[in-house]
Amino acid sequence: MNRKPEEAAKTIGSYTLLILLSCISLFPAFWIVMSSFKTGNSLFSDTLIPRKMTFVHYQELFEQTKYLKWFLNTLKVAALSTLIGTSLLLLASYAISRYRFAGRKSMLTAFLVLQMFPGFMAMIAIYVLLNTLGLLNSHWALVLVYSSGSIITNVFVAKGFFDTIPKSLEDAARIDGASHMKVFFSIMMPLSKPMLTYASLMIFNGCFVDFIFADLILRTEEKRTLAVGLFRMVNQSNSTEFTLFAAGAVLVALPVTLLFIFLQRFLIEGLTAGAMKG
Amino acid sequence: MPKKTGAAVLSAVIPGLGQMYNRQWLKGLAFLLTGMAWFYFMIHGLTGHLRGLITLGELPSHMVKVGKMTRMVEGDHSIFMMIDGLMALLALLLYCGFYLLNIRDAFMVGAARARQEKIRSFGQSLRYMGRRHFAYLVLAIPLTAIVFLTILPLVFSVLLAFTNYADPILPPANLVDWVGFGNFKKMLSLDVWSSTFGGILTWTLCWAVIATVTTYIGGVLVAVLIHQPRVRFKKLWRTLLIVPFAIPNMISLLVMRNMFNNQFGPVNKYLGMIGLNGLPWLTDPFWAKVTVILANMWIGIPVTMILAFGVLTTIPRDLYEAAEVDGAGSAHKFRMITLPMVLFATAPILIMQFAGNINSFNVIYLMTNGEPVNPHYQYAGDTDLLVTWLYKLALNQSQYSFASVIGIIIFLLVATFSIWSYRRTRSYKEEDMIT
Repeated sequence: MNRKPEEAAKTIGSYTLLILLSCISLFPAFWIVMSSFKTGNSLFSDTLIPRKMTFVHYQELFEQTKYLKWFLNTLKVAALSTLIGTSLLLLASYAISRYRFAGRKSMLTAFLVLQMFPGFMAMIAIYVLLNTLGLLNSHWALVLVYSSGSIITNVFVAKGFFDTIPKSLEDAARIDGASHMKVFFSIMMPLSKPMLTYASLMIFNGCFVDFIFADLILRTEEKRTLAVGLFRMVNQSNSTEFTLFAAGAVLVALPVTLLFIFLQRFLIEGLTAGAMKG
Repeated sequence: MPKKTGAAVLSAVIPGLGQMYNRQWLKGLAFLLTGMAWFYFMIHGLTGHLRGLITLGELPSHMVKVGKMTRMVEGDHSIFMMIDGLMALLALLLYCGFYLLNIRDAFMVGAARARQEKIRSFGQSLRYMGRRHFAYLVLAIPLTAIVFLTILPLVFSVLLAFTNYADPILPPANLVDWVGFGNFKKMLSLDVWSSTFGGILTWTLCWAVIATVTTYIGGVLVAVLIHQPRVRFKKLWRTLLIVPFAIPNMISLLVMRNMFNNQFGPVNKYLGMIGLNGLPWLTDPFWAKVTVILANMWIGIPVTMILAFGVLTTIPRDLYEAAEVDGAGSAHKFRMITLPMVLFATAPILIMQFAGNINSFNVIYLMTNGEPVNPHYQYAGDTDLLVTWLYKLALNQSQYSFASVIGIIIFLLVATFSIWSYRRTRSYKEEDMIT
């Protein structure tokens, strides 16, 4: 019987800890949202929730910068890269998972090795390459690089997923006379929806927030993406226009964050699968 | 001479001839045209490009007198020559592949003819290829993309490490040359480089260990905390604690840089409110390191939490029930069942995360940009990792060859740990403890 108070204490302790952790986890987001509603432009504020709320910084953002243009650019690049990247990934991982062909093992090893180089190493070369092809300052160059890069980063997760789909399904379809293409499109595609969601989310997010490679490729303000625009804004004006940055940060983060929270289930599945396959 | 050898020899002399000998006229013509196209390119350009890859240019930019005026004449551009040379090398490899396949094809069809089998028409061959080699057809597009946009640039970057392409030797004004392992020697023995390299390497390894261990332990503890039977609304807590993972880390890191601002940031303000002195979060070498580790915990713990949570839900209930029958308390159950199971299942991730942390660019670049600047370092600051140093060397200082050397060293580090971890996971699998 004397266990009861001890149990209660433990329960209270657990909840307190959880509330505390949740506060830490949410604080930066809450703080930046509040800062974006603050009057004035300085970083310092005496209260967490501003005394007077204002939307003026969001308005400034649209007036002073090419925010809308950047947003559309980003959407274009990210959507195209996700589409192309996911299709390429699907093709590659399906072929590697399902077919046994000469060079399969060495291809897998090559992917593994390629993953181990730091991503920036190839950047200069890609820059020179695009320069010689006259593709600098073009969104298509970004799309090309993002979508081909996404194959290597995601191929193992995708292959692992296909490995778990029983082969008997395809064999049955083949016996019924379905061609390679038919099997792929009407059996494998629908079954791989969770993996597709995870992979495309990852690719989309990657394109959305890349501020380094995009900055190198896109030379004019007209062509910039959101992440590049925001990063330049922060670097140039630092804390003097902090509230403007806050408004920009909120608008950049909002779409991706909402997408992540809503598709949480797929994310968790994908992450777990990606890590456990070893 | 048997038909198969004859066909193979003919194809070896001129591609396509063997196919024609086998009476596959269209296929032979296609092969012949490919071979001729190759021969044309071989004479016009390819040999020159390959030579360029070896010499990296012989003619520097120089002045030429034209009448009374002197004019600058552009010499060879070593870097463009290198890329062209690599492309030519790739073309050469592709052709060798084609050539061998051509001989093999002639041999196989010749052998089939000798067995008096029916020879396929061109259309039939294409269809047969589509069925038999479906995997290659499917892989063709992704592989082309990878070869041109990943492998070729990487090979180029690796080669750069063996040249002297670093400020002030920059084309088109100067010619770049091969220097062998000279840059590696400088990096390890020339004092300006080696002291920076040593310092940054040490910090990179420390960072990778601390960052991995803190996020791992933190993540497992949080997962266990939520998973306790006494905690209700598990889904709600998990969603709340997953938020740092959902916010793009580029944004959250920039936000945190402002939060930790020494003068105006809220962190120091709250410390002041409870009567503590603010800390120099981003400007003091020691505290800057603490700050980046804290920021990394905020970002990394949710990921480990998700993974550990996944493991926790798979632990069979009867294990706990059996323990209860034996009279184990909750602390005992945690120590003897939960912890070993989670550790066992997530150990491979730990090593992969360690390898990943060696390359964690965003946290350092966005939080501190490697600062505070260390006056004893070559173009680097106290919190710089090898990756951020690589970035600064290449993009701000134009020290391309040294940047490539760093890249190769990072690769060697990551590869070592990955291979080790791969071996470990294999042995784990064989032990077969978790089914």
